[in-house]
Amino acid sequence: MTVGVLFNLLGGGVLLAPLCLFIVIGFMMLAGMPLAEWAITRITQAAVFCGLLCSVAILVLMLATGRREVLVDFGDLVTIPQEHFHFQLRFMFDRLSVPFVVLTYVLVGTIGAFASRYLHRESGFGRFFLLYAMFLLGMIVATASGTIETLFFGWELVGLSSALLVAFFHERSAPVINGQRIWSIYRVADAAFLIAAVMLHHTLGTGSFSNLAGSGPWPAGTTVLNPRDSLLIGSLLLLAAAGKSGLVPFSGWLPRAMEGPTPSSAVFYGALSVHLGAFLLLRMSPLLDQSMILSGMVVALGLATATLASLAARVQFDVKSNLAFASLTQVGIITAEIGLGLRYIPLIHIIGHACLRTLQLLRAPNVLQDYQSIENAIGTRLPQQEEILLRRLPKHAAIRIYRLAFERGYLDDLIDRYVVRPFLGLFGWFEKLERTTIGSLDDRPPQDRATTPRTEERT
Amino acid sequence: MISLTAPWLELAIGLPLLSAALITRIRDPRLSRSVSLAACGGSLGCIVAACVEVWFDTSAGDAWSFLGKSPLVIDSLNVPLLPLAALLYLITVLATLGGKLKSISFSSLLVSESLLLATLGWRSPWGLVLLLILGIAPTLLEFWVVRQRLGLFGYHMAAFAAMLVGGLYLVEHSEPQSTASIIGVTMLAGALLVRSGIFPFHLWVPELFEYASLGSSLLFVTPMVGIYAFLRLAFPIAPDELLRGVSVLSVATAVYAAGMALVQSQARRAFCYLFLSHSCLVLAGLSATRALSLTGTLCAWISISLGMAGFGLTLRTIEARTGRLSMRSFAGLFFHTPRLAALFLVTGLASIGFPGTIGFVGAELLVEGSIQNSPTLGILIVMISALNGLAVLKIYFHVFTGPRRPSSIDLRSRPAERIAVLALTTIIVLGGMFPQSYVGSRYAAASHLIEQRSQIRNAASHLTSGFSGREEADSFFITGPQSADATATAQTASSPPVHQNGYYKSRPYPAESSAQSVD
Repeated sequence: MTVGVLFNLLGGGVLLAPLCLFIVIGFMMLAGMPLAEWAITRITQAAVFCGLLCSVAILVLMLATGRREVLVDFGDLVTIPQEHFHFQLRFMFDRLSVPFVVLTYVLVGTIGAFASRYLHRESGFGRFFLLYAMFLLGMIVATASGTIETLFFGWELVGLSSALLVAFFHERSAPVINGQRIWSIYRVADAAFLIAAVMLHHTLGTGSFSNLAGSGPWPAGTTVLNPRDSLLIGSLLLLAAAGKSGLVPFSGWLPRAMEGPTPSSAVFYGALSVHLGAFLLLRMSPLLDQSMILSGMVVALGLATATLASLAARVQFDVKSNLAFASLTQVGIITAEIGLGLRYIPLIHIIGHACLRTLQLLRAPNVLQDYQSIENAIGTRLPQQEEILLRRLPKHAAIRIYRLAFERGYLDDLIDRYVVRPFLGLFGWFEKLERTTIGSLDDRPPQDRATTPRTEERT
Repeated sequence: MISLTAPWLELAIGLPLLSAALITRIRDPRLSRSVSLAACGGSLGCIVAACVEVWFDTSAGDAWSFLGKSPLVIDSLNVPLLPLAALLYLITVLATLGGKLKSISFSSLLVSESLLLATLGWRSPWGLVLLLILGIAPTLLEFWVVRQRLGLFGYHMAAFAAMLVGGLYLVEHSEPQSTASIIGVTMLAGALLVRSGIFPFHLWVPELFEYASLGSSLLFVTPMVGIYAFLRLAFPIAPDELLRGVSVLSVATAVYAAGMALVQSQARRAFCYLFLSHSCLVLAGLSATRALSLTGTLCAWISISLGMAGFGLTLRTIEARTGRLSMRSFAGLFFHTPRLAALFLVTGLASIGFPGTIGFVGAELLVEGSIQNSPTLGILIVMISALNGLAVLKIYFHVFTGPRRPSSIDLRSRPAERIAVLALTTIIVLGGMFPQSYVGSRYAAASHLIEQRSQIRNAASHLTSGFSGREEADSFFITGPQSADATATAQTASSPPVHQNGYYKSRPYPAESSAQSVD
């Protein structure tokens, strides 16, 4: 067995493990034979273990052979040779994707073990693990992708699973409304991503990252695009990354996401999903290197996010929101690091931050108990100091900053006031106009038809 | 050149008609439903047999034909549409709740199926026009029974019929590229846009969904027969400017409908506008005269039809139990029908081109092709898809999430309903996993359409004045009056090109096989 064949087998194992997990759980649920909790737990453990084993084996093999990039091709999903159109199923294991893949399996495995106990006898246990499997599949596909189309594939799966998990406790309306909100932001990000992907495909003739980066594995590649194209495509990808990672002005969704179960909050919004935007920027780093304006935009966005999130974190009154904004602060800093041209430091930062935040979020339900234990041990209350910044500022300035932080930068309000309400207002007006037009041909006023059911409901 | 081994198409059309006649004598609704199921199943089987023969290009005996000339054809364009139409009717009957059997006219449903299949398979333009007009009748009748008036639906369909007939007449009786011909093709395009619900002629669509049964409304709009007729009648001869105008109107309608879907107070109306937006996306892609974009359009057509049919049928299943669902509250139906909720979501996501579903590759091709033609168009298509994605999940959340809905009746779906929606979902998922076959066939159809258009336009530009008469309308290649010198060119242009790549070939008229250079 050659090394190449071994890489292909291991790469296949990395990708097939979450796919099989998703198919098995999903199929059994659709067939009306949902698996028992213990079965789901075992299957999840097996899938995560296999995937982790394969990804670590790839890492070891790459180190042993000195290879910095391994491409695993599964052929074309679709090809139209006459139009030179290929949708390649290509995956790339390099210094960026392998750490991410290993990190994903480790954290998702940890969360899976936690969730199997945390959600024990919860009515949505199977549903949680189905969405969890979808998320795992999406993350692995996105991080190991070798083409921008495959990355988009995983990107969408992550987005859908995230939105549905935020709305996990769907007996209440607040999680559902928040889930809908998050989905809205993700759709904007997905639209920007898709446009960028198609433009990249159109410009280069392919969506392969190897072609994008020219010669040299990550992070040494140099793009073949000119600065203008790099700026245009990079800006769209930056918008996509901002939506996915909760950068300004989309920061409002992150604390809303804490409505979901703690395990999903930990792994998605503290650890993995929130870093997917940063991953995208790292993957597209050759574009950043080509355009100073783009790099400047990335730095500015990162710093703005870090500043706002840092302020907001200080005024939150529940631990998960506090951690969400703390997480966002770090994501902002990571983004700024990427914009400044650093590559390995942000990657290490992501790995460390993801592990720390996962731990903190998993401990979040116990935070009150933890505080009580500490205070009992020291025999007194924990000291609370006023913020240094607030002590030095005039009172009215401090109150303004506090208000800005409490309202989370008024970003949600701005989006609601200048985007959502005008949009809904405009189409609400169209709706009334249509009902009036149709009503002019009817003998009943338009509003009666909207609420009065048919006397004989025809289906 | 091939001929089918049996009169599959004729059987597929005749079986529902005969069964409709039989049902008029049956009083038991359950027996009517069983007969309808058998008829729809038989029709689907015949269509599939015909498609399989064409796919594998089997040689066979003489073509079976009425009056020495078969009016029906399978070619690259309609080969997936025919089984899709038959399948839609089958699963609609399958998913009809027992308690609603008395309120459904199965005979009318079967007649409309026959008319639809005939429309999709008819060879001649006038026959297609007649069938398009006749196809309105069953739904119009049901609409009349409920509303006791024509309403906007009736008026729009009357305008559609008038423009269709007038447009085709002008096209056939005027010189190519003359003012009358252009007016004629514009009327044709206008008629088919009305049928497709383009703004501002879209008001009949929500009215139809408001007053007619959801099942009938779905069957009337989901096959997108207006788009099919546009491709057959107008696309080959329409000037580029007209196609661009169609595209602009379609995109505008798609944006409008996508926004309207988000502000509706009823799930049914939200679905109606969502469907309108999707169908206009398909129309928008038709302006492209490049194979890649048109391929994406044709792929998106199939995926949207499947996805929206499943989405709508699931909604119908739920409304059959709960009545109309409000978008101002959360219905909490997940606890009662979790599997239906999953299928609802999958079919809805398929319609927006979600990865892993049949719509993904089509959406990618549509966007890629549109950006090649016009970046603005491509960007707008992406934004419309994003808005439609919002609507899909919004409808899902309002229907299935929320506090558990108390109910005195069993809200669980019946096995027949689950089978119906599961069948669609299976096709959606399998199509997503193995898209090459249908993408390849759509590419062949797109290439054929573009080649056909190019041949007709070249032939028209070479024709001189003093035309003496027109070729017999035995195909969709409308060339108008021609001179004797141009006959050879026109005949070549009007001969259906044959695909040498093993895909679909037209059924020839037995009497003309020596005149046409088909092989």
